[in-house]
Parts: sequence; C-alpha cells; structure tokens
Amino acid sequence: MNWLRQIFSRRRRYDDLSVSIQEHLEGKVEDLMDEGMSREEAERAARREFGNVTRIEERSREVWQSPTLESIWADVRYTSRQIQKSPGFAVTVILTLALGIGANTAIFQVLDAVRLRTLPVRAPNQLARVSIIDVNGGRRGRFTWQNGDVTSNIWNELNTRQKAFSQIAAWSPSRFNLDRSGEVHYANGLMISGGFFDVLGTKPLLGRLITPADDYRGCGTQVAVISYSFWHRHFGANENTLGSKLFLSGHLLQVIGITPANFYGVEVGQNFDVAVPLCSEPAFAGQWSSTDNPLTWWLAVIGRLKPDWTLNQASVQLRSISSGIFSSTLPEILDPESKKLYRGFHLGASPCAYGISDLREEFDEPLFLLLSLSGLVLLLACANIANLMLARASARQRETALRISLGASRFGVARQFLVESLLFSILGAISGLILAQGLSRILVASFDTERSQIFVDLSLDWRVIAFTGFLTASTCILAGLLPAIRMAYTKRSPTELMSGQRQSTRHGRFLMGRGLVTLQVALSLALLIVALLFVRTFQNLLSLNLGFQQDHVLVANIDISPLRVPVENRVTYKQELLKSIQNIPGVVSAASVGIVPLSGMGWNNFVSIPGTNAPQHLANFDPIGIGYFPTMETPMLGGRDFGQNDTPTSPRVAIVNQEFARTLYAKLNPIGKTFRVAAGGGQESRLYQIVGVVANTKYAGLREDPTPIVFLAETQDTDPGEGFTFVVRSNESFLTLLPEVKQAITTTSPEAILNFSVLKTTIREGLLREGVMARLSSFFGMLAAVLAMIGLYGLISFMVIRRRKEIGIRIALGARKMVVVALIMHEIIVPLTIGLALGASLALVIGVVARSMLYGLGSNDPATFVSSILGIIGVAFLAGAQPARRAARVLPMEVLREE
Amino acid sequence: MHMRKSTERRDLFAGALELMILHSLRVRPMHGYALVKHIKLVSDDLLQVEEGSLYPALQRMLREGLLDSKEGISAKGRPTRIYRLTKAGIKYLENEMSSFEKMFMGISRVLAVAKT
Repeated sequence: MNWLRQIFSRRRRYDDLSVSIQEHLEGKVEDLMDEGMSREEAERAARREFGNVTRIEERSREVWQSPTLESIWADVRYTSRQIQKSPGFAVTVILTLALGIGANTAIFQVLDAVRLRTLPVRAPNQLARVSIIDVNGGRRGRFTWQNGDVTSNIWNELNTRQKAFSQIAAWSPSRFNLDRSGEVHYANGLMISGGFFDVLGTKPLLGRLITPADDYRGCGTQVAVISYSFWHRHFGANENTLGSKLFLSGHLLQVIGITPANFYGVEVGQNFDVAVPLCSEPAFAGQWSSTDNPLTWWLAVIGRLKPDWTLNQASVQLRSISSGIFSSTLPEILDPESKKLYRGFHLGASPCAYGISDLREEFDEPLFLLLSLSGLVLLLACANIANLMLARASARQRETALRISLGASRFGVARQFLVESLLFSILGAISGLILAQGLSRILVASFDTERSQIFVDLSLDWRVIAFTGFLTASTCILAGLLPAIRMAYTKRSPTELMSGQRQSTRHGRFLMGRGLVTLQVALSLALLIVALLFVRTFQNLLSLNLGFQQDHVLVANIDISPLRVPVENRVTYKQELLKSIQNIPGVVSAASVGIVPLSGMGWNNFVSIPGTNAPQHLANFDPIGIGYFPTMETPMLGGRDFGQNDTPTSPRVAIVNQEFARTLYAKLNPIGKTFRVAAGGGQESRLYQIVGVVANTKYAGLREDPTPIVFLAETQDTDPGEGFTFVVRSNESFLTLLPEVKQAITTTSPEAILNFSVLKTTIREGLLREGVMARLSSFFGMLAAVLAMIGLYGLISFMVIRRRKEIGIRIALGARKMVVVALIMHEIIVPLTIGLALGASLALVIGVVARSMLYGLGSNDPATFVSSILGIIGVAFLAGAQPARRAARVLPMEVLREE
Repeated sequence: MHMRKSTERRDLFAGALELMILHSLRVRPMHGYALVKHIKLVSDDLLQVEEGSLYPALQRMLREGLLDSKEGISAKGRPTRIYRLTKAGIKYLENEMSSFEKMFMGISRVLAVAKT
C-alpha cells in the first residue's frame, strides 16, 4: 500500500519541491549579486544555469508518478472534456451501446438463470435424478406431467432396494384451490415424500419441515409447509402463521414450517407455495388418486449420492435392481406386449445439480438463437460506432499530427483513442446492465401463461458480470481499435497531415468506411431474414385452419363436488346448468365438452374395423354434448349431429372426423359403418356406429398433422362426474359475459368452484415460443435496419462531401441532376451487393439452426429472402436520398470559389 | 561557469551523482542549493553538479527512502527543505561506496596497464 500513501502525500511532496527550487534560485541570485551582478543579470544567469524550471519540476514530480496510470488518467480527463464538448455524439454512442449490451445481457441473464445455475441447495453436485433410461415410448397409462418418471409402486420398491443414495425422495407438482367456492385461486403445490427436504439439505426458516414421520400411509391431510413468498403473500409474513390452518382444495391443514427465501424446489422456472406429504394425495385426489395406481406415472425421484458413490456406480446398482422392481410392480391389466416392454425397463441416475425444467427444454434453443441474434446486433452497433469514431478521428487529424510531431509516441496516440472507446464502452455497459434488469424481467414475464407463472431467480451472479465485462472489452476493441490504428500508425508524415492534404487521407478512411458498411448491410440483411422467418412462422400458425372458430369462445370449468349431488341427479343437474347459461342474453350457443381442443389434455385408444384383419389405428377421443359442433362452428360434412335420442340405452354412436374416415375406410362412405374401440380405462371393448362426419380439427397441438378423432355422445353416459366443462359462444365481450355466466351458475350452485378461460387465449399460449421469437427477432431486425441506414447515410453524406468539387464541375459542364444522383448511388452499389451476398449466406447458416422452430416455410424460403433483400435495398436508397439530393444541389460557383 | 547539456555528463557515471549527494548529506544535512555549493567547493570546482538534475535525483532518493526531508531555514533566513540520510540511506551508501571503490580500482589498473 506504499504507492497509495505516496499518491496521497504527493501534494506535499510537490510543495516541498517548489520551495526547495525557489530557495535554490534565490540563494544563487544572492550569491551572484555578491559577485557584483545586478539583480536582473543575476536572475537571468541563475535561471540559465538552473535550466528550465518547469521542465525540471515536472521531471522531479514524475518520480512520484506511475507513468502509464498517469497518462491514462490524462487520457480519461481529455476524453471527458471531449464528451462535454459534443454531448450529442457521446449520448448517441452510449445509448447505442447500452441498448446492444443491455439486450445481450438480458438474454444471457435469463439463459444463466434457467440453464447455468445449480440449485440453491447444499452440495447440488451430489444430487441425481432417478428415471427409466430406456422408456422409448413403451410406457402405458396416465401421465400427470412431463417429468412423471415413475409410479407409486415403482417408487416404493426403489426406495427400499436402492443402495447408492444416502437419502432419496419422490415428488410431484400439484395445484390446490385456496378458495372454498366461486372462482378458483390456485396455489402451486408440491407433494413430497418424507425425505425430500433432507435430500436437498434445506433447513426451515421458521418451524419445522416435513419429515419421514409425517409421510405414512393413510395420513390424511394434516400438515403443510409453505414457501417464503407464499408466507408473505398469503399470511402477510405474520409471526403467528405457524400452527395456523390453511384451506387447500376442501381440506384444512396445519402450517408447520416456512422454507428459506431462496428455496423454490427442484423445478427451475416454477416456484412452489405449499408442500404437503405424498401420503396426503389420496385425500386430495379422491377417486382419481394416483397413489396405488400401477399405471399412473406421476412421481419424479431425486437422491443424494452417498459420499463414496459416483453417478456411474449408482446407475449400475439401479440397473441391477431394475428387473426385481419391474417384475414385482407389473400391472396385471397390461396386454402381453406391453408387459414384456414393462419388464425390460431399466432405472438409471442422471445429474440433477441444475434441477429439472420444462422451461429449459422449451426455451433453451430459442434463447441461444436470440443471444446470437442480439450478438449480431451488437456487432452491427460496434460497426456503426467505429464508423462514427473514425469520422471524428479524421476531424482530429491535425491535432493528432501535431502531437506526434511534438514527440508523442504512436502508442500514446492509439491509447488515447482506445481510452475513449473504453470509456464509452464502460458507460454503455453500466447503462446496459441497468437496462438488462428490466429487459430480462420483461422477457421472463413474456413466458408466463394464465395457467402458470414463470418464476426465475434473475439476481446478478459472477457469470452475468463476466459476460457483460466480456461484451464491454469486445465493443471497446471493435469500436476503438480501427480508428486508433488508423490515426496512430498512419504512414503519412505529420507535415503532410498538417498541410491540409485531407483529400487523400479521406479516401483511405472512405475505403475503411465502405468495408464497415458492407458488414452492416450483411448483418442487417441476415437479421431481417431471420426476423421475417419467425414472423411468418407465427403468422402461419395464427392463421391456421383449426377446424373450429377460436374467437368469441369462453370455456367454463365447473366443479360441483362441494354440492354433493347424487350420481342419479347429475345428468339433469348438468343440463339445467347448461340451460341457464344458454339463456343468458347475447349467448349464441353453449355446449358441454370433455376435452377442449388444444388445452393440453387428451385421451387416445386403439380402434379397428370388426371382422377384418386390418391393423389397429390409434385415435383421439372427445366426449361431447349436443350442440358442440355448432358452438365451435366446426363444419358438419355428412350425417347427423348427436341428439336427445342418443341415450345410455340406445346403440352406441360416434361422429368421426375426415382423417378418421380416410384412415379406416379410405374412399368409402363411413356413415353407418361400425368400428371397435379397444378395452382401456376400466371399460370393455365396445362397438360404435358412425352417424356423422365432421371436418378435421386440431386436437393436441397446432403443428400436428390431421389425426383421427372420434367424438362420443355424452348423452349416452350415465354418470357425467362432478366436473363440467362448457364452451360458450357469445358476441358480447368477455368482460360483460363473464359476470353473467358466473351469476347464472351461482344462483343455482353457490358452492360450485369455477374456473374460466378464453379459448383463443389458451391457444395463443400454445404459441408462446413462436410469439416471443417473432417479437424479439423482429425487434432486432428493425434495430439492425435502422443501424444500417444510419451507417449508409453517413457513408454517402461523407462521399458527397469528398466529391463536391467533382460534382460542381460536372454540373458546371451541364450534367443533369439525375446524372449526379446516379453518380452518388453508383458508389454504394458495390458495398451493397457484397453485403447482400454475405448477409444472405449468413442467414442460410442461421436458418439451419432455426429450422426446427419454423412452421409452414423452409429456412431458405425464397419469398422471405427476396423481400428482405428488397427491404435492405429500399433502406439503402432511403439513406442515400437526402445526401444525393444535396449533391444535385451543389452550386458550381461556390465550389470553384473555395479553391 | 558554463553549463553543459545534462545528458552528456550523466552518462559518464551512472549513479555518481547519487553517490556524491548521499556522501555529502552524510557529513551534514543540507538544503538543495547548499548541496550544489558543497560539492563544487569540496571538489575544487573540478566537479560541477548540474543544478537541474539535482532535484529529480533527490526526489528519486526520497521515494526510495534513502533520504528524508524536513522544513528548515536557509542561511539567508528563508524557508526551505533540509535533506538528510535515513538509516537505509547510510547502508545503501556504504554498499555503493565499496562497489564503487572496487570498480574505480579496476579501472585504474586497466588504465595503468594500457599506458605501459
């Protein structure tokens, strides 16, 4: 720290020095006067002998200075003065950089949060996920969520037989309704086996967490642990929360503990509100309970490796116990082929330090692509800034030449330019980092759906800071190096530069500028093409023919379980409820439906033509009520709709879609034909007669090809259950419709639990990824086009100034305005053409990566390429128009007078 | 009394100026001008310290901790800074002196041989 003290004591040192030198001179003068000189003579002689006082003082001071640091500091002060002199330039540069760096940092921050961070738990690298490693679609049964890896039976066997993990736990996400009646308000729940918190090493913030002692068969609904954020939201962080009761989906549970603030469970992208023991599941789910169902895949398993065990060893051990586990849990109802598959499964361990995440799987690729797009935008911005700096550097040419001729080192000159660009980069990066905090949150919020809120921990970590630092350094070098080298290492002699021979040097800068503009054209074309590809993908998906009209349809889910309606009254109850909705003024039609298309739910089974050896086909099913097709506006192509005459006792009937008819009967008329539905879901194999054919409709996803669909008549069911789903078509706005529907239901069933959604919104949410890609890439594309336009404008304006004399002479000799304009435009044709060719190639490369995300067009779609190229050409001419017009207005006399 | 360009002299003896300053200050703490006069006097005008280069040299030795300075009054009663040796300075001087003497001895021997 010696140097630090020296810096602080420097001022005193300098004073000492001045005093000493002063006294030296005084002493000398007096001595000389003693020798007989006049005062004046003596002073002159003293100074002559001493030498240049200022210079010597400076040299003495330098002893105390670190030369590099001091001169960099001087450069910084110089640059700050420059910025103050032309704040417009500085603001433009810093804003451009802030936007570029901000966008990159924001995307990186999200990527970091969903992909690069380990779980905030103890020693996350010891965590492993246990799942079947060779499923290959061989599992049959019900899947409650994407990561439902095992059934309860498999979990129980696994728990007792495994040896690799010191602790192991199973869990499943769940939702609990917080309200007793009326519209639902969900809390995100976790159902966890007793060892869950032990596996993760989580300690309670308050109270205690769920332990194995809480998780025993038949425990009912007793205890719940809540998250820190839920404690704040729902209980207002009240100290007395512990021990209080919490109402969850019709059950009262006691809050026994609160988890720490940073704990969100194991799934990145989701936060949990309430955790309950796994043993409470039967009480919550009732007849649909997953516990003990041998074919419900609903649990994910996570374990903490024993200290001396590796992941591989764990996998080997799991493999060795697999045969025993799958034999002893073999579901009897499976067909022989599925049984064979089931027995052949093997368990394995995979790393789980980063948790599991659907969000990651869905947005990994898009985020990387977006990061590279925003990287290109930043590159483009750097090219622009380099161009601006180059222009400014030329303006400072005389000054630089003067400095070099006065003995400044070339490195010193270059350093000054680099310091300038570094200062801009740092200011840009700081603003960018601040901007990114907002942008990343907006980005994450755009992943939200009405059904699930995405939760991601976006706090800054060293990776984000390092990334921004890397961007700062890169932009500094990219934007500052070119002008620095150009100005400092020019081959021209200082005298030449100072004599005002600017013409020739300007040409050099012009070449460099042309190179930069070529780069800008290329980058902006590539970005524009990619943006257009995504926008058109999004449009293609939006304008798809779904087979039904998605506008103006409200979906109402009504849970009447709190009303305890007896089974025999449910059909009438449901009909009454539907009728009361249909009677609302403004409602065009309403109908009951089992599976709302594109809602993510589904039911499939095998169908075959009886009496033939034709192969079985997999078909999707949907039980519907009377009036479903008119409500959805699905065209009826032949036969009849279901009617009141289709009852539980009448012959079983079905309406099929076109694809079903084509698959089973080719070109034959399907109406009147019968088909068999395989046994499943507790039902025996049944025969159905086709009474109608409807147009193809989308079932599970927008991107799917037409699939065979069978619609079954709800009226032929004896028990409609306690959950009803109605689709309501109305021309009124949902804002006025919704309260009326609520009113209609609650007058007869005040305790019913309601959940509403708008069909179009739900479908749009299925296009989340495409929408985010389209919006962000077109934002980048637009930004790129603007930056390219600024670059081109600068280049052309500059060129007009350079050729002013020539233009003046041409006009004087009688050239017409159009000829002058053509002359100017001619100059940009070369960089434009090369840039377009490069950009198109770059877009082809990016397209390969993006191909899987596109829909309805190829990654080399000619129309997209051509229109983007025309767009950039348009931008170029727009940029050139004003300077060209200025050129055409050059007055020959003025130019000649300047000579 | 004509000053020659400073660079010409300094090249002759690297560290010679420092050595003389240190040695002079060991005898008696002095201020800058007194130091110049002292060296001139003692060397019978054979050696002239370039007045200008004295100050950077002093600052260098201050930075290295060989000297320290305190406020004082010059012979003429004006405020000035008095320089004196620190312990480190004394040690450094002794080291330098012995190596300088060796070098000087070496040079004179070589020169003696060359003469004969």
